[in-house]
Amino acid sequence: MKQESIIQVENLTKKFNDFTAVNAISFNVKRGEIFGFLGANGAGKTTAMKMLIGISTPTSGNAQVAGYNVFKNPENIKKSIGYMSQKFALYDDLTVKENITFFGGIYGLSRKQIEVKRRLLVEELGLQDIANELVSSLPLGWKQKIAFSVALLHDPKIIFLDEPTGGVDPITRRQFWEMIYKTANNGTTVFVTTHYMDEAEYCDRVSIMVDGKIEALDTPKNLQKQFNSENMNDVFLKLARG
Amino acid sequence: MSISVQHISKSFKEVKAINNISFEVKEGELFGLIGPDGAGKTTIFRILTTLLFSDKGTANVAGFDVIDNYKDIRNHVGYMPGRFSLYQDLTVEENLEFFATIFGTTIKENYDLIKDIYIQIEPFKTRRAGKLSGGMKQKLALCCALIHKPKVLFLDEPTTGVDPVSRKEFWEILKRLQKKGITILVSTPYMDEAALCDRIALIQEGEILEIDTPKEITKHYPKAIYNVKANNMYKLINSLKKYEHHYSVYPFGEYVHYTDKRTNFSTDILKNYLVENQFSDIEIIKTTPSIEDTFMELAK
Repeated sequence: MKQESIIQVENLTKKFNDFTAVNAISFNVKRGEIFGFLGANGAGKTTAMKMLIGISTPTSGNAQVAGYNVFKNPENIKKSIGYMSQKFALYDDLTVKENITFFGGIYGLSRKQIEVKRRLLVEELGLQDIANELVSSLPLGWKQKIAFSVALLHDPKIIFLDEPTGGVDPITRRQFWEMIYKTANNGTTVFVTTHYMDEAEYCDRVSIMVDGKIEALDTPKNLQKQFNSENMNDVFLKLARG
Repeated sequence: MSISVQHISKSFKEVKAINNISFEVKEGELFGLIGPDGAGKTTIFRILTTLLFSDKGTANVAGFDVIDNYKDIRNHVGYMPGRFSLYQDLTVEENLEFFATIFGTTIKENYDLIKDIYIQIEPFKTRRAGKLSGGMKQKLALCCALIHKPKVLFLDEPTTGVDPVSRKEFWEILKRLQKKGITILVSTPYMDEAALCDRIALIQEGEILEIDTPKEITKHYPKAIYNVKANNMYKLINSLKKYEHHYSVYPFGEYVHYTDKRTNFSTDILKNYLVENQFSDIEIIKTTPSIEDTFMELAK
């Protein structure tokens, strides 16, 4: 089971007028894998991710995500995945509880299911004291941990994380990654972008995008060997600007 | 001293943003405020650039008091806020000209100082600032903060959300500016950038944990740190956390950084424990603490 592909991408391309943002990328992601999606600013990561989560139609190529085709069934993709980014995570002017209820509703959970999930989440993250606080009053690290759990409310097959730990303190950053490990261990696939190169090393496999193309894809260990580097930071520096 | 901060505190309603902060930055120094989001870094910047009054304490910048001589400070410092604050509907060139004019100078007069940076965005000089990529915006903002040849440069998280290659280039630019005699106060949440500063202040929840050179700060780490690795990372972290003698367990790239409570710790004892717990491919090697290790220990 572990070997089956949950994301299959073939020559996926996105053009904006004359500009090719994503240029014929191909890769597979296995079920339960932690897949790191790296690249410099402007390399095309966000554009590629938008196609994979069903909110941007590719110009050409093909992709299957969680069993659905990005052209034919983008709505089903949205239902089968979770998504969080640094920029959009939770509503600041709702409380923690209200956010859980709201997102549970959006994902189509019943009132009863939401109630169960909410209790579980409050307990697991130790949110008893802050469950009725406005999200805007919480430290960034807390927000990101809660947002991650909220993105998992509907038990998605894949969770997409777009720079989830930017600016977060080092201890919380590690707690966040322990949550990622746990999630992957339970069989959920994790697709993550980051600018922290130590986090790249936590991934099972890593791809590096340069100018719209995937220039390297392997385990962190093999990439270090391939590029004769001591760590992922060196690999990235060697690749990302030629 | 180029910057002198004495016992500064600032609260926003009930929230203490910074609490009794003191530090000094020497002339020509590259000084880093290192800490996560919400540590109080931006509040310090806003007080030093005279945009905010502190509740308590005093501060001097370039020889001027932040309250009595605020107008002098504004003429002698450059400030690049964390949030992009240039005019989005002016072009690259117009923004730069605007800031030069405001400070009573011209682009030509101080072109030397910004040349290295400006030539990288010059091909786009007729583009509106709002239409630039993140990296280009950052370079334009730096040019605008430098155009009046400031004595002190304040950079609030200039590299947050920026990829490692662009971050490296940005720090090379800072080093060149420092050689031209500009004092730089820079903040960052990236601990690897701390090593590039002359001195750093580690800051968390409005308080300074420690001030020193990056090298000295890591020397203060109280324990021996071991790199530990095995066949399954997730299970390894869990097992080490369950181990009764563990002091701290943090994932660090391909390894886990482990410290032990005992004084008579040996790697063999830990290896035996991991073997008993069915791990294979076990590696345990002593390593040197990084600034991030030190920060986490102090912030605990």
